[in-house]
Amino acid sequence: MKMPTSNITFGKTGSSIKVIPVDEVSLEARAASLATRSIKTSSKKAALHLTIRCIDLTTLEGADTPEKVASLCQKAKRPDPSNHDVPSVAAVCVYPEMVHHAVEATRNSKVKVASVAGAFPSGLSTIEARTADISDAVKRGADEIDIVLNRSAFLSGDEQRAFEEIVASKDACGEAHLKVILEVGELGSYDKIRQASMLAMAAGADFIKTSTGKIPQASSLPRVLCMAEAVRDFAYQTNISVGIKAAGGIRTAKQAWHYLVVIGETLGSEWLNPEMFRIGASGLLNDVLLQLNRLDSGSYSGPDYVTVD
Amino acid sequence: MAGKIPIAKTYKLFIDGAFPRSESGRTFSVNNSEGELIANVSQASRKDFREAVRAARSAQSPWASRTAYNRGQILYRVAEMLESRKPEFLELLKSIGVNNRVATREIEDSIQRLVWYAGWSDKYSQLLGSVNPVSGPYFNFTVPEPTGVVGIIAPTEPAMLGFISRIAPAIVSGNTVVVVSEAQSSLTSVTIAEVLVTSDVPAGVVNILTGDQTDLLPWMVGHLDVNAVDISGISPKTDLTHLEEVASNVKRVVSRSVDEESLELISDFLEMKTVWHPIGR
Repeated sequence: MKMPTSNITFGKTGSSIKVIPVDEVSLEARAASLATRSIKTSSKKAALHLTIRCIDLTTLEGADTPEKVASLCQKAKRPDPSNHDVPSVAAVCVYPEMVHHAVEATRNSKVKVASVAGAFPSGLSTIEARTADISDAVKRGADEIDIVLNRSAFLSGDEQRAFEEIVASKDACGEAHLKVILEVGELGSYDKIRQASMLAMAAGADFIKTSTGKIPQASSLPRVLCMAEAVRDFAYQTNISVGIKAAGGIRTAKQAWHYLVVIGETLGSEWLNPEMFRIGASGLLNDVLLQLNRLDSGSYSGPDYVTVD
Repeated sequence: MAGKIPIAKTYKLFIDGAFPRSESGRTFSVNNSEGELIANVSQASRKDFREAVRAARSAQSPWASRTAYNRGQILYRVAEMLESRKPEFLELLKSIGVNNRVATREIEDSIQRLVWYAGWSDKYSQLLGSVNPVSGPYFNFTVPEPTGVVGIIAPTEPAMLGFISRIAPAIVSGNTVVVVSEAQSSLTSVTIAEVLVTSDVPAGVVNILTGDQTDLLPWMVGHLDVNAVDISGISPKTDLTHLEEVASNVKRVVSRSVDEESLELISDFLEMKTVWHPIGR
């Protein structure tokens, strides 16, 4: 049987992107098999360091305070103050209101500041309000902007509007990197995840991101594999390399390794760096530090030996 | 009935309220007193131990924050459930060579001991805690708090009473435990786990690893998230130099005889917290 393909035409320019349907069974089987890949002890330290370098250390709580953000930034810069080998994380991710505090606290370090913007987490306000929110976050000094896909428009068939809103958001970003959150848990099927990925990339996203972390159905290995395959297809078709950010529900070093394996096997080692791959998490960093302690000391560590966030 | 197929029980580990096989896939065999195979039992590895400690740690705070009354009720419930499964335990103890009279007595004592500790749940803190006289405008209290996660090497003999005698004084005050149970005693331990899951004991409060204590002891004493080790069941073949590692995070080390039953055994797994509270006017 011939595989049915659909061409989705986005935008005023009429540029056309081919979207291939997803084979759900094979996708899940492949993700499951990649998750059984073992990492040898000799490679563990490198994998743990890479994980830390790819983390977007995140706090997106209504109860966030400038002080909490400042202490998060300290942790981002020096995750383990007792060990100079441990690298700093890629970025801190905060609400726009907290951006300038984060910028202040990360000055003179390589840690970038990412801000969610554009009526996070629903994306349901007027596009004018959303782009104003983005410009504001950029003005406050954010290096990266995480916006949400308008799932309401996308799922009701108005892909064009969802597309144009991302284009407008990209304009509002200026120099800042744009990450588009698909909220895969709300999309309902792998086909939709793939379409949404293609749409976001065609609209100019620098990164596509799985989830907001605000709904229980968040990132999962098959979903990220599905997005990685979309990124690969997009690169074949357009020669543009787009990054991936997995977020939501990633709490253990082991889970993070599985993501590294999926990205490495699907997109190659060019994607295994903080420029092309990120993990959005808050609790993950502590678990990675515990695993590093375990490697160094030989005995199992415990939560008493890392900071309480 | 002709051609009846014997259905043997698979003895597995007990971690976080579930019965997984060992991650290592290893098993050891347990023979009856005549030397015939009774069961193949999962042999826990260090990774199973790690998972058990993780489960015990996450269960500890919720268990300790239950009311003392509630913890007592749950221990009492365990005793009730044991009561109704006496014949099963009798058969099990007889199969590993305990005679009928001794086994009957052991089961009875186990149940009584649980009830005895259940009664202590809301009483020990009054007896062990204190209000201290100080020369200043302060109330000064000392209150007992659970030590945290306790690793227990369960005595192999008596299998059932030894197990109950070591877990009850630890869990009554809000500790959670990871118990290593060896050889023949592993059968009763796993069967007690089946009693625990039907007694409202929350998942992770008691975790049972059947296997070799010489394998697991170094990981237990070295684990920084284990707050106390109970070596009452340590066997002469085990290398005690490992115990020096308890200094790594200043673990408490406890060793008691199975015959004991006292308030002091509860206080083995308690830390005393003293609080200064200004007297306001």
